[in-house]
Amino acid sequence: MKNLLTNAVVIVATVFLFASSSFAQTNNKLLKNMSEENAGLILPAKFKATMLAENLGKTRHIVITPQGGIYVRLAKPVNNKGTLFLQESKGKAVVKNGFGNYGGTGIYIKDGYLYSSSNQEVFRYKLNSKSEVINPDAPEKIVTGLIERWQHETKSLVLDNDGNVYVNVGAWLNSCQEKDRQRGSMGRIGCPMLDSAGGIWMFKADKLNQTYSDGVRYATGLRNIVGLDWNQQNNQLFVMQHGRDQLHDIFPDLYTVQQSALNPAECMFALKKDDNAGWPYLYYDVAQHKNVLAPEYGGDGKIAADSKYLEPAAAYPAHMAPNGLLFYTGNQFPEKYKNGAFIAFHGSWNRSPEPQAGYFVVFQPFKDGKPFGDWEIFADNFSGSPEKTASGRADRRPCGLAQGPDGSLYVTDDSKGSIYKITYNK
Amino acid sequence: MFKNIGLAGIAVLLAVTSVAQQKKATAKTPPTTATKASIVAGELVYTQFCVSCHLPDGGGVQNMNPPLFKSSWVNGDKSRLVTTVLGGMSQQEIDGERYNNVMPAFMYLTDKQVADVLTYVRNSFGNKKTAVTVADVKPVRAKMPK
Repeated sequence: MKNLLTNAVVIVATVFLFASSSFAQTNNKLLKNMSEENAGLILPAKFKATMLAENLGKTRHIVITPQGGIYVRLAKPVNNKGTLFLQESKGKAVVKNGFGNYGGTGIYIKDGYLYSSSNQEVFRYKLNSKSEVINPDAPEKIVTGLIERWQHETKSLVLDNDGNVYVNVGAWLNSCQEKDRQRGSMGRIGCPMLDSAGGIWMFKADKLNQTYSDGVRYATGLRNIVGLDWNQQNNQLFVMQHGRDQLHDIFPDLYTVQQSALNPAECMFALKKDDNAGWPYLYYDVAQHKNVLAPEYGGDGKIAADSKYLEPAAAYPAHMAPNGLLFYTGNQFPEKYKNGAFIAFHGSWNRSPEPQAGYFVVFQPFKDGKPFGDWEIFADNFSGSPEKTASGRADRRPCGLAQGPDGSLYVTDDSKGSIYKITYNK
Repeated sequence: MFKNIGLAGIAVLLAVTSVAQQKKATAKTPPTTATKASIVAGELVYTQFCVSCHLPDGGGVQNMNPPLFKSSWVNGDKSRLVTTVLGGMSQQEIDGERYNNVMPAFMYLTDKQVADVLTYVRNSFGNKKTAVTVADVKPVRAKMPK
């Protein structure tokens, strides 16, 4: 009986292996043909991608001026320049200049100013009528002294229509344990860091040298936000959270490796002032569709979290790292995209040793300012192949998103320092 | 059910293939029997405690968890390496790059587990360095803060 079973396993495994590898080969060939015309990306019909530039550095968030100029932030300055300005000509973007000797992620244009963040500060630069920075060496310092302790250090930002800038201050621990990422270590009572991290802070957009005491903790219980955008349709801040890591590593008796790879969800939140999304006390379970109590605070993977905490507006598969969020307000793309959200998923690592996931740009349909219907993959194959996605050794990783004045979509990749432009041909 | 059996079978086949490939890559001067046994035992420790951050290929995660090959830490001083495993690590630049995640302390691993996993890591992913033994681990543990 045992022999029979062993033989059956070997036969099934062999057949399955051959079947799946030949399928993968055909599939890869097909993918290659499909993607060659789109700078390696796979897109819906009638969309076209071109690579405007590459090898720029660790290109993070990006904005496009009304004239079509490109500002992009670098995680680490290149030749002492942390922000690059590029102009497009004949399908390529050329670096015209760079400025600001500080790395970082956040960048946004509002009311004649370019806002940009280091990992501790927010600056702004006055723009001229061509949206060029007038004095690149003398920005106004708007916010200073934000906490930066290596983990979740980036300070993404966006502005509303009432003169406020919203800045993420990421939690500098995974799940607020007494000992970060330590097996069995329980959560710090009251998670004291939430007074200065793990949330979104609101500051005046035009006041100089603001510190925590000048700002408002707009929303808390958010582990780390990288992708965020202001929804103009209902005048509201939307953010994408990077969910907590390592459920199995920390609590191996409660979570299998597989469960840990598939949980928790990466969540989109629609925020109002004083919202609390519940980190580190909870996480959103992918299969149970609910906030469950975190194991660091007595949870077992099933106990529901306190209902006072905010529910996500939408949930996505675990660990895919949403680094960019953009509400599409252009007219170039078909009607269904209007006012919907593009989300750049940088790609996972914390599914290991299970297959990794992400490395694509997703479209989330919206209706009346709320997610409506299922998300779909919009731009895929940043990794280079399904195998590279599974291993996590992706060639490229999407990060920042921006919309051009003609409704084109721009996507950065911070692995090879590239900028893609995606257009639609009727 | 059948699908699960098939997937398990594939996982076993892939694991066997990857072990075979690694052995091929590092088999120029054959290690001693004791070292070989330590490498085999160390792979199991790696799979249980290290793989989620450093990944199956030892390549780590860009900007977050350092790779274990071409690493001056892995291939350098043994006592520094043992200290790193037992005590963890944070806010430490490695070979000029920043890795933002915290490595927790692994004091709860036995001296043998630490020796095995480091011997495995120092002889995998293209590394080829001398074994770490229990005798290397003991004095380091004795000096660690309790």
